[in-house]
Amino acid sequence: MTKPMTRPMTSQAALHATQQAIPRVVLRGGRIVDSRGERAGDVAVENGVVTEVGDRITGGDIVDVSGCVVAPGFVDLHAHLREPGKEEAETIETGSRAGAKGGYTALVAMPNTDPPQDSVAVVDFVREQGKRAGLVEVVPSGCITLGRKGEALAPMAELAAAGVRIFTDDGNGVQDELLMRRAMEYGKGLGVTLAQHCEVATLTKGAVMNECSCCTTLGLPGWPSIAEELMVFRDIELARLTGARVHFLHLSTARSVELVRAAKRDGLPVTAEVTPHHLSLDETRLASFDTVYKVNPPLRSPHDIAALRAGVLDGTIDALATDHAPHPRREKELSLDQAPPGMLGLETALGVALGVLEVDLAHLVRVMSINPARIAGISDRHGRDIEPGAPANIVVFDPRVEWQVEPGKLASKSRNTPFVGTTLRGRVRHTLFAGGRGPFSVRDGEAQA
Amino acid sequence: MMKHLRSIDELGRDGLMRLLDLTHHMVEVNHRPVPKVPALRGRTVVSLFFEDSTRTRLSFETAAKRLSADTMTFSVSTSSVNKGESLRDTVETISDMGIDAFVVRHKSTGIPWQISEWTNASVVNAGDGWHQHPTQALVDCFTVREALGKERFDGLTLTIVGDIMHSRVARSNIAAFSMLGARVVLVAPPTLLPPDVSHWPVEVSYRLDDVLARTDILYMLRLQSERMSQGHVPNLREYAETYGLDAVRAAKLPPHAVLMHPGPMNRGVEMLVDPSLLPNSLIHKQVANGVAVRMAVLFDLLAGESSAAGLAQAAS
Amino acid sequence: MSNIVMSADDVRRAVTRIAHEILERQRGGAQLVLVGLQRGGAWLADSIGAAIDAIEPAARVPVGYIDVSMHRDDIGLRPVVPGAISRIDFAVDGVTVVLVDDVLYTGRTVRAALEGINTYGRPRSVQLAVLVDRGHRELPIRPDYVGKNLPTHMDDDVRATADGVTVEGKPR
Repeated sequence: MTKPMTRPMTSQAALHATQQAIPRVVLRGGRIVDSRGERAGDVAVENGVVTEVGDRITGGDIVDVSGCVVAPGFVDLHAHLREPGKEEAETIETGSRAGAKGGYTALVAMPNTDPPQDSVAVVDFVREQGKRAGLVEVVPSGCITLGRKGEALAPMAELAAAGVRIFTDDGNGVQDELLMRRAMEYGKGLGVTLAQHCEVATLTKGAVMNECSCCTTLGLPGWPSIAEELMVFRDIELARLTGARVHFLHLSTARSVELVRAAKRDGLPVTAEVTPHHLSLDETRLASFDTVYKVNPPLRSPHDIAALRAGVLDGTIDALATDHAPHPRREKELSLDQAPPGMLGLETALGVALGVLEVDLAHLVRVMSINPARIAGISDRHGRDIEPGAPANIVVFDPRVEWQVEPGKLASKSRNTPFVGTTLRGRVRHTLFAGGRGPFSVRDGEAQA
Repeated sequence: MMKHLRSIDELGRDGLMRLLDLTHHMVEVNHRPVPKVPALRGRTVVSLFFEDSTRTRLSFETAAKRLSADTMTFSVSTSSVNKGESLRDTVETISDMGIDAFVVRHKSTGIPWQISEWTNASVVNAGDGWHQHPTQALVDCFTVREALGKERFDGLTLTIVGDIMHSRVARSNIAAFSMLGARVVLVAPPTLLPPDVSHWPVEVSYRLDDVLARTDILYMLRLQSERMSQGHVPNLREYAETYGLDAVRAAKLPPHAVLMHPGPMNRGVEMLVDPSLLPNSLIHKQVANGVAVRMAVLFDLLAGESSAAGLAQAAS
Repeated sequence: MSNIVMSADDVRRAVTRIAHEILERQRGGAQLVLVGLQRGGAWLADSIGAAIDAIEPAARVPVGYIDVSMHRDDIGLRPVVPGAISRIDFAVDGVTVVLVDDVLYTGRTVRAALEGINTYGRPRSVQLAVLVDRGHRELPIRPDYVGKNLPTHMDDDVRATADGVTVEGKPR
């Protein structure tokens, strides 16, 4: 008996066939939180799209999410996925998995890879790796300057044509004022956002922690706050001059918040982000000499922390961004001055944020999803209201459950987080991702790929 | 009680007094025809010196040997640290050989604390970055105690002159001398002072000449030539003029005042007069007391009351 | 419950007798020195030294003290806190050293003292004078001069001063 010949399916058809085989998912009994506020409601998802929102929806794979929040998936404006170049610490796949477990449906990948994301080839590679992993949308950022050297502009138009919406030299700030002016003018023409890592390098040589009384006692070179504030001030004024859209990465000082607040009052198109760790940990942690606390910008004073929290509450700071920075164990097991700065963030962001911010859930969703989606230029598919027709990029989280951060259970390849062994309140239960092989990227806390 | 000697603050006033008292015993041992006791027989003390310092390292090794301990030396140039083995791997490998104490000097702050996480051995800080050098402070306190015949330094003024910002000797001495009741004055240009000393038990002056008359102990720090290229001081000549000890300044000191320096000296920079010509220089005594102090430290950590608790814990 | 086994007078007489015995044995021999074991033997060395001085001033017997804590064989097994500092201001090479201690028990302290003395030089010979020998030796050490032999139980507490010697027994 001859076997009937089968034609190989196209990938589109294959996807369609796969999705057809999956019944629709109904998130039953949750509390929907998006830009419209909070409301009870069931959500039906089919073929990567929200098809129905209402009461007592039936039919399909019913998932009980009572007690949980159902919100647009989180968007991280600032994640180091380390691929290409430092796959020992993280790959786009493991980073995506960590992101999905943290409730993220999109990650802006920082460009300090090796080779850096200053060419279309690398940007496309990063995007494709993200698609292959199929757990979050990996949105590559582009370098402002070639090689992030701060000397000559990267081919921003080419990169913008390849889909890049945010440009940054993160890891470094652009030191030269004229070059930054040019970048802003050029970027304005392209309609892209320039994101700055604010650090005047000459003031922070060898610095290991915040410059303060603690570093005096510990005899460690300090990172004075003005090294950040001077560049924040400079770029605000350059933005005023050029009209460019500027986003400030990982703000860490009270005065930086004040400067941004004043700039917004003046109607300038500036935005800002803060990391969960800068909202919760202060400089005295360095007294333990544990390199897990070494970050750039450094952990600051309680006064700074209070101002940052206030900035999130009053909208001066638009977004929480993790600055997820994985490092292999052996690199963090060096002296404080030799260890690279950075800590993980994707899987603990929600828990830490809920622990330190006294905000209502609508505001939390605003700073973790809606605003960052807008700043990243992806709000057509992320950070959207949960309504029929919207792509199903959704996070379902329990804001009250307490859980212990166990190193063995982290999806990231690295382990450099100070929250290991601590108890956090608030945890992602499910993440739905429209670009995946199935509706869920994470189901019941387990990554689906 | 005390498993490590990493900083003066960790040691505390009681520990400080205990070690100073124990040093007298060790001074006596060092005067014997056979200056050796079997107290640490069978124990192994490893020198982990990541920074060049022949003098301090030899001082520790001599101390260990006089207590009959075995010694091992691990210097960074011959180590596998340069081949990419992490610090942790190095410490764990040596620890696995069954050793009792590490004596560590490193140019990075915090190394002794990090090392303590990776080994059961006692850790002695022989200098970590700009942070602490507790045995130097013990040597200095003991030298003053011996010279002035006092156990407490109430009413005495210790003036430390020089590159305070980068000085672990200064930090340890500020803590130790304050614990013993001394008043501490720091003299330096603002560029060589740490960013914020408001919470330190010190007085600050930018002018050495203003404080000489009320100084009982003058402690000169060494100025490294790199400070010039880093913009801390315009040039060494200017530094020597404003903060160096010359004959004119030496004459302004009260007759009973003593002079100290942790060594090595930069002649022509902070020292413009030959200290051996000054009657009250304790610099030689500081060197001489180094071994006895370090013997006291090793004995206390490995054989004293403090170590018995550790042994009891290990046995239980 | 404390038993007085030697009164102050008994102690004084024993010291005098020991001083005579030391001198008699030494007759015409090498230079004598007394070394009291800190802390218990220090007062006794002083007493014996004074007695010798009274009997034969020409003998010129110096008195020193040795702290044996750093020579003990139980370092690391229990806390060792050095007592008073050693002081031996005379030559030890070629002389007869009489170690002096108040109570001789296991013999370990004396062993430590023997080792300690070696760091000062090489004596011609070493003898041992004790006020009380309470038995229970754990090493082959024997005294040359004894004030009183006193059988005791191991958990008895024996105290010796110039004012007398007491034994306190634990309830059995």
